[in-house]
Amino acid sequence: MKVVVCTKQTPSTTAVFSIKNGIVSWDDPGGKPNVVNPWDEYAIEEGIRLKENHGASDVIALAIGGEESKEALKTALAMGCTGAILVSDDAFAGSDAVGSARIWAAAINKIGDAKIVIFGKLTIDDNMGVAAMMTARKLGWTPLTFVSAIKSISADSITVERLLDDGKETVTAPLPVVISVVKEINEPRYPSFMGIRKANRAEIPVWKAADLSVNGGTGAAASKVDWSHIFAIPPRVGSVEMIEGDSIAEQVKILVDKLFEEKVI
Amino acid sequence: MLDFSLTDEQQSAALMVRQFVEQEVAPTIKEYDRRQEMNPAVLPRMAELGILGINIPVRYGGQGFDYVTLGLVCEELERCDSTLRVVMSVHMGLNSMGVLQWGTEEQKQRFLVPQARGEKYAAFCLTEPGAGSDVASIRSTAKKDGDSYIINGEKMWISLATKAHHFLWFAKTNPDTGSAGITAFMVTADLPGVTSGDIHGKLGVRAGSTGWVNCQDVRVPAANRIGEEGEGFKIAMSCLDNGRYTVAAGATGLIRASLEASLKYAQQRHTFGQPIASYQLVQQKLAYMQQWYDNARLLYLRAGWMKNQGLRNTRETSMAKWYATDHSFQAANEAIQIHGAYGYSDEYDVERYLRNSRGAIIYEGTSEIHQLMQAGYLLGTRQDKPLRCELPAYDPDFWQEEM
Repeated sequence: MKVVVCTKQTPSTTAVFSIKNGIVSWDDPGGKPNVVNPWDEYAIEEGIRLKENHGASDVIALAIGGEESKEALKTALAMGCTGAILVSDDAFAGSDAVGSARIWAAAINKIGDAKIVIFGKLTIDDNMGVAAMMTARKLGWTPLTFVSAIKSISADSITVERLLDDGKETVTAPLPVVISVVKEINEPRYPSFMGIRKANRAEIPVWKAADLSVNGGTGAAASKVDWSHIFAIPPRVGSVEMIEGDSIAEQVKILVDKLFEEKVI
Repeated sequence: MLDFSLTDEQQSAALMVRQFVEQEVAPTIKEYDRRQEMNPAVLPRMAELGILGINIPVRYGGQGFDYVTLGLVCEELERCDSTLRVVMSVHMGLNSMGVLQWGTEEQKQRFLVPQARGEKYAAFCLTEPGAGSDVASIRSTAKKDGDSYIINGEKMWISLATKAHHFLWFAKTNPDTGSAGITAFMVTADLPGVTSGDIHGKLGVRAGSTGWVNCQDVRVPAANRIGEEGEGFKIAMSCLDNGRYTVAAGATGLIRASLEASLKYAQQRHTFGQPIASYQLVQQKLAYMQQWYDNARLLYLRAGWMKNQGLRNTRETSMAKWYATDHSFQAANEAIQIHGAYGYSDEYDVERYLRNSRGAIIYEGTSEIHQLMQAGYLLGTRQDKPLRCELPAYDPDFWQEEM
């Protein structure tokens, strides 16, 4: 059983962003400006556990993006994935979510024999959280989103626990499936020292558009999302007023009056 | 060729250690420091993650990284808290690297392998209640008795005193001579007559284990003697070359911690309507801290590079240790000044940085000892002679070969 973990290189959670002339840039003076999408760490961990505990033969980390995305794949390898593939082509640049799903699906089909594809809940750069469902649709597989536990796997089915707004539900679906995982599913391991060394020596294959049979439009031209006007949100302006009074009770009364005035309460 | 770049492997290893300390140590370190207790999860986790064997060859249970990576790891550890780096100083620098350098193949299998795997923790027992810098005056004795030595004596200020399984113990096999009468032994904590205890009330490194170890008529197999009889002083000094390297790298991390905390606070704290970072006297402090950090890092990386090359580095390591520890204290002191009254409280980390920085100016050679060493090199009164066993140069093929 092959498992594919879809991952992405994103800005770090502590990166500082700036926007100039519609161009977004970021840096992280205290660390690395780009990291594996934090949600994907749970996906990678779960993929590795499927190998360790459920007999998966291969756990392939897959990324779409530029050469810099190899860093995310190296992290996945250092954590324990058995292989990594980068899909990178100028023709794919600017793809929207649907275009990306088409690319994911084409790459997963090319890998072949995958029974489970795992995504993180969302990526922290666009926060859309639709990749798992869209990719499942393009593959024609069952999507299982917000998975908080894999309960069991048999030769032809999987049972998972889904974490929903109003509780948990247990779902069984025939394989193959595309799942997205939430952080409750596991505690991601750190890359091991041995893994780091192996990852840094690994030759990561790069698949171009010509290597894939992508069904449908990709790239900026096919994108339905308009990125033509990017600007920073104006900083929130506020003021602080210290309430003075002879006693706590008096201060509270003044505060309550002001909240009434402002129609807060 | 002069190349200041670090490899991806070295950077990734350092990043992994940073993730570990930020996620698992930093959230609770203040509380353990207050309670003067070591977080019981720290040593097992460092072992599990391979940190305790980072630069030991894979064939000896380690991770096969180089000496530069050891320095980078120590920098990351002490950026969080000095107690973590102290573990590496004694377990790795002062003990495990000593066995790597001086131990027989049989001793490496018996002691180094479990230490590098983190199955056994290791400590260094040189200092005594009446002998610190004056190593030749140690009073611990080892008397040959058949195939064993009978060891008596007390050691003081021993890091991991109550945690370690293996003590690299220095005792006089010939009490009538000075340093030439010192011999090194691996004393295991399970031997009858070995007792230990922790010391409380230290100024800093309060979340670590520091204590005393006592040997009373402890029968140690002759097979546990490291090196030859009378070679102990040279072994101790070579171990200090490695321990001091970890101290230098760690102190560099402490400078970075002080700088990062100060930079953040100076941009957040406003006085007279402006962030205090806009004031030139605060900027000057930040600039100096950056200078100290850069200098300290360059000095320890040079020493690490020399170790990788198999070059004798006593002088360079001494310089790095002296500079980095002195300036980690200065950096923490300036960090408190930038934080003002808040820096004086344990609400912020910088007061802990100051307390933690102070010990390293004393142990593993006081700053005064290092000044004398440097002057000795300059004046020609001190020179390093070749050792019977040198620290092996880093050979990636040998280090990384899986047996």
